Amino acid sequence: MSNNFLNRLYQISLLVGLVLLFVLPGQMKSHGIYLFTYWLIYVLAAMGLNLTVGYAGQKSLGHAAFLGIGAYTVTLFMKAGLSFWLGLPVAALICFFMGLVLGFPALRVQAIYLAFATLGFNTAIWLVMRNEEWLTGGTFGINNVPRPELFGYSLSGNLNYYYLVLGITIIMSLLLLGILRSPWGKAFTALRDNPIRAESLGIDIKGYTLLSFAIGAAYAGVAGALLACLVQFVDPAPFNVENSIMMYLMVVVGGPGYFLGPLLGAAVGVILPEWLRFAQAWYLFIFGTMVVLLMIWLPDGLLSLPDLIRDKKRAKLAAEQRLNASTKVQAQENKA
Amino acid sequence: MISQLPITTTADMTEFFQLLLSGMATGSIYALAALGFTLLWQASGTINFAQGEFVMLPAFMMLIGMNHGLNLAMSFALSCLMSILVLGWAFKRGLVDPLFKFGMMPIVVATIGLSIAMRNGVRGGYSSSPQPFPNLFPDTLFHIGEVTVSATDIGTFVLALLLVLVTQMFLSKTITGRAMQAVAQNTESASVLGIDVPKMIFYTFAINALLACAAALLVTPTYLAKFDMGASLGTKAFFAAIIGGFNNTRGALLGGLIVGVSENLASSYVSAEYKDAVALIVFMIVILFKPQGLLGTKEERKV
Repeated sequence: MSNNFLNRLYQISLLVGLVLLFVLPGQMKSHGIYLFTYWLIYVLAAMGLNLTVGYAGQKSLGHAAFLGIGAYTVTLFMKAGLSFWLGLPVAALICFFMGLVLGFPALRVQAIYLAFATLGFNTAIWLVMRNEEWLTGGTFGINNVPRPELFGYSLSGNLNYYYLVLGITIIMSLLLLGILRSPWGKAFTALRDNPIRAESLGIDIKGYTLLSFAIGAAYAGVAGALLACLVQFVDPAPFNVENSIMMYLMVVVGGPGYFLGPLLGAAVGVILPEWLRFAQAWYLFIFGTMVVLLMIWLPDGLLSLPDLIRDKKRAKLAAEQRLNASTKVQAQENKA
Repeated sequence: MISQLPITTTADMTEFFQLLLSGMATGSIYALAALGFTLLWQASGTINFAQGEFVMLPAFMMLIGMNHGLNLAMSFALSCLMSILVLGWAFKRGLVDPLFKFGMMPIVVATIGLSIAMRNGVRGGYSSSPQPFPNLFPDTLFHIGEVTVSATDIGTFVLALLLVLVTQMFLSKTITGRAMQAVAQNTESASVLGIDVPKMIFYTFAINALLACAAALLVTPTYLAKFDMGASLGTKAFFAAIIGGFNNTRGALLGGLIVGVSENLASSYVSAEYKDAVALIVFMIVILFKPQGLLGTKEERKV
C-alpha cells in the first residue's frame, strides 16, 4: 500500500514539475529565465553523462570536451551563414563519433585509468580550442553567436529560446527513456554490474561500451550547441577539465543510474553556484564538503534516499515478521 | 657530392642539456607527489584526487607561519606536524576509513569533493591571488663547461631525489618499512603475522603528508602559492605514477622524471602551447601498450 502511495506521489510530483517548467519561467525576469535555460542545458549534458557513467558504469571525466565540440561546431556553422538546424545534428554526429573514439581506451583500461585517460582527452581538446586561433578565436573566443529561428519564427527572445531548449530537452529525455527501456538499456546496466558475466551471456561488451560513450557524447554535443546560442559567445573556458569533473559530480550527487538524477545534480551544480555568485568560493567549499559527506552517508546519490528508506522499512518489517514467527513457534512448542 | 647533414653544434647540445637539467628538477617534484600517490594506493587502495591540494595546503600553512613571524625552517617544521595531523590522520579517519568498504570509486569522488573544498576554502579564507614564497636556494648560476644551471634547479633535484631515496630505503631496510610493505602486499597475512595493520596504514598516510609538505617547500617558490596550484601538479603526479608503474615505488621516480623532462624538451622543441599535452601522450602510449606501467607487475582481474 505504501509503495503504491509513493508511486502515486512520484507521478504527481513529476506532473507538477513539468507544469511548473512550462509556466514558471513566464512569470520570471530575464535573468531567471536565463538561469532556467542554463540549468536545462546542463540537465541535458548530465543526462548523457548519466548514461555513460550511471547506467553503463564507464568513468568518464571528459564530458566538457563534447560540450565544447558541440558549441564550436554550431557556432562555426552559424558564422558561415548556415542554419542552426543543420549545425545541431552535425554537432551531435561529430560528438557521437568522437565519443566512439574516446570509448576505445575504455576497452583496454577501466575505472581510475579510464577516468584519467578521458581527463587527458579533455585537456587535449581544450588545448586545441585555446591554441588554434584560426578556427576557434583562441582565448578571445567568438562573439555574437546568433540565436536560431524555427520556421521563420525568431527565437532570439529569452523566453522563446527557453521553450526551444525545454522542447529539445523533453524530446531528448523521452528518447533516452526509450533507449533505457530497450534491450540496449539492459545491456548497458549488465555491462556496469558485471562485464565478464555480461560477456558470457553473449552481450557484445565492446560494442556497448563504445555506444555508451558515443550516445553520452552526442547528448553533450546537443547541449553544447544550445549553450553557445544561449550565451551568444564561445570561448574555451567552460570546456576545461574542471567543468568535466563538475558534471561528473552532478551525476554522482543526483544519483548515478537514476533517470531524474541529472535534474537534481544540475540544480546543485549550476543553479545554486550561479545564484550564490557573490560567495562563489564559499559555495564551492560547501559543495565540495557536501560531496564528501554524501559519499560517506549516501554513496548512491540524493535520489537513492527514498530507496534507502524503503529498504530499511522492508528490513524492519521482515525482522518483525521473523520475530512474530519465532514467538509463535515457541508458543506452540510451549503448548506441546 | 657531400650531402647536407644536420650539424649538431655545441650550442644545440648546451641548450639540450640545460633543458634536460631543469626538466629533471621539475620531474623530481612530480616524483615526490607521485610517490605519495603510489604509497597510498598500495597501502589502502586509495586514489587521492586531492594530491595536488595536499601540496597546496602546506604551502599556505608555511605562509601563515611566516606571517606570524616564524622563519622558514620553523614554519616548515610546524607545517609538517600540521600536515601529518590534517592530511594524514584526519584524512584517513574522516574520509578513507568510512569509505574503504565501498571500493575505489566512492573514495575517488570524495577526494574530488575534498579537492574542491580545499581549493575554495583557501581561496575564500586566504586569498585568490598568487602569493610570493621565499626561495630555499640562492639565486646563483653555475657554469659547467658551456651549460648554465641555476642553484634552484640543482638543489631541487638533489633534495627531491634524496627524499625519494630515503623513503625507499626506509621501506626496504627498516622493520617498520618492511611491515608497511607487507601490509601493502597482503593485508590479511600481515595481520596474521602480528603486524599492527591500522598503524602501518596510518604511517603511510603520514609519509604521504610529509612528502607533500616537502614538495610544497620545493615547488612553491617557482609556482607561487595559489589556491589552484595543485590542479596541474596532481594530474601530472598521477600520470607519472601510472607511467612508472602504479604498484612499484621506483616507478614513481622514473615516471616523474620522464614527465618532467619530456615536457620541458617538448615545450622548447615542439610547441610551448601544447606543453601540457606531453604527459598525456606518454600516459596514453603507456596505458595502451603496458597498462601496468613501465616498472609495474601485472595484477590479476577477478570475476
